[in-house]
Amino acid sequence: MSAPVVEISGLNKWFGQTHVLRGVDLTIAERERVVVLGPSGSGKSTLIRCINGLEPYEEGTLKVAGVDLAGPRAEAVAAKRKTGMVFQSFNLFPHLTVLENCTLAPIWVRKVPRRQAEAEAMAMLERVKITEHARKYPAQLSGGQQQRAAIARALAMHPEIMLFDEPTSALDPEMVGEVLEVMTELAQGGMTMVVVTHEMGFARQVADRIVFMDAGEIVESAPPTEFFTAPKSARTREFLSKIL
Amino acid sequence: MSAPARLRPRSSPFVWLRRNLFATPFDAVLTVSLTVLIAWGLWSALQWAVIDATWVGDSRAACEARDGACWAIVTARWRQVVAGFYPEGHLWRVAAAGVCLAMAVSPVVVRKGWSFALAPLGVVGAFAFLGGGGLLPRVPTEYWGGVFLNFLIGISGAVFALPLGILLALGRRSHLPVIKTLSVGFIEIVRGAPLITLLFMASVVLPLFTPTGVSLDKLTRALVVITLFESAYMAESIRGGLQAVPKGQSEAARALGLDPWRTTALIVLPQALRVAIPAIVNTFIGLFKDTTLVYVIALLDVTGVMRQALADYSWQGLEAEAYVFIALVFWITCFAISRWSARLERAGGRLKEAR
Ligand SMILES: Nc1ncnc2c1ncn2[C@@H]1O[C@H](COP(=O)(O)OP(=O)(O)OP(=O)(O)O)[C@@H](O)[C@H]1O
Ligand SMILES: [Mg+2]
Repeated sequence: MSAPVVEISGLNKWFGQTHVLRGVDLTIAERERVVVLGPSGSGKSTLIRCINGLEPYEEGTLKVAGVDLAGPRAEAVAAKRKTGMVFQSFNLFPHLTVLENCTLAPIWVRKVPRRQAEAEAMAMLERVKITEHARKYPAQLSGGQQQRAAIARALAMHPEIMLFDEPTSALDPEMVGEVLEVMTELAQGGMTMVVVTHEMGFARQVADRIVFMDAGEIVESAPPTEFFTAPKSARTREFLSKIL
Repeated sequence: MSAPARLRPRSSPFVWLRRNLFATPFDAVLTVSLTVLIAWGLWSALQWAVIDATWVGDSRAACEARDGACWAIVTARWRQVVAGFYPEGHLWRVAAAGVCLAMAVSPVVVRKGWSFALAPLGVVGAFAFLGGGGLLPRVPTEYWGGVFLNFLIGISGAVFALPLGILLALGRRSHLPVIKTLSVGFIEIVRGAPLITLLFMASVVLPLFTPTGVSLDKLTRALVVITLFESAYMAESIRGGLQAVPKGQSEAARALGLDPWRTTALIVLPQALRVAIPAIVNTFIGLFKDTTLVYVIALLDVTGVMRQALADYSWQGLEAEAYVFIALVFWITCFAISRWSARLERAGGRLKEAR
């Protein structure tokens, strides 16, 4: 059993007076693939944004690679860097080419020389199969290509865990497949992943574990077969009856 | 079977005219009468300004023979019109300063990161050539003037107001209350006062507070006031651009581990400035026209020179010529700026669409 990449215990978060995360406990082991499901507004995005350090939280502990994100600043910053994030709306930098999108952080944050950064970025673009678009600007790419570029951009920072927040929700249906394929290959390559998605096929095939959230709580956490065939909680059953 | 593709019907200039200018009898009457009116106006203007004009002469008496404009008021004093009372033997220094100013604006043509260093260098170079010191004899700023002074103040003001405006705009969004309050306070105070009053205050009020013996040069004071004034406007133009950059951009940058400074410098600002180009250029144009206000503190810019000429007995009564000339100088410059900015916008626009 390897050391956990993420350890969350008793996590509570409020937006103003809204209690958005209510005592979340979650441990994610190395190479584990976790899919987070739940109705809209249940706190899925907020949870993974906390793991990534984009959202502050009020109570509880959140450790990434053994480092408490609320601890000493320098260590926390280094720990946050071990997480890569892929957004629903891609958020590629429109004023930079795809290649520049992928080399920016390696050059400025990891201080890799430009040439090496470019070589590494090309390798990442190869993995997501868009090397031929390296010199184009994001606006010249299709949605699916943009999202794959965004995945490559995150991978270029050599994260220990990849977080995906509904990576296919903004895509036209015919482009969903190519992005899921890249994610599946990433999972097969041994990447630790947390994926918020509504793609049940992906959840079934790729996930080691499904975490079901509702109203800021983790209601159920189980391997996919068990989760889909024998859900324990009534709330899970209700959710599944709506979507399946 | 599907409908066969046909060639799109051609539109001719004739069709265009019919549709846009002669669609109804009322349109036709309007078109014809406006055309006649405009043609008549243009013709009269041309007659006055060119055909019947007198181009050279040493006083307005030389123009008496013809009905048109008396451009002699400009040509007889062309040296002052261009460079004020700058010593005649040293006019090459004005030319050299002109080259420096061209260098200072070159970044908008070159559009490479390194070229922006040329802007402050160009301004400093222009002042060094004009002011002298060392090998070059000193020429005090009282002797500087003419159109050149407008360009000098306009370009230096722009070169310093842009970075200051960026800092103020960022300061206004800062999470640190002190910086935010200072930025907002400065912007709102400066924007609320007319430039002319600030120029007066700088030339009349400021010396009352500075220790005796320390006298800030008049031009320097004007330049400081104009730069600060324009930076407040610049800040608001840039703030518009900053607001147009979606939050997802800085989040993506932070998620990649970029610190707040790099996120701003590498991700947010480049996009914000691109969006803000029209507003920034608008501020530049305003700034350039505002340089004529320095005549109120007795600097002899092109308006000052022309007013002085009008005060001269031998040129009295030629206000129309003097002000038409000044208007033309500014109109041509501002039109050129606006055309160039349209080009920049198109170049930037190609990258902007999707995110
Ligand atoms: N920046 C914010 N300010 C205030 N409230 C917020 C903010 N972001 C999210 N919330 C609230 O927090 C709750 C959880 O939001 P979150 O985005 O995490 O849900 P989600 O499970 O990701 O939903 P969805 O499936 O719609 O993306 C919601 O009630 C939402 O309204
Ligand atoms: Mg969400």
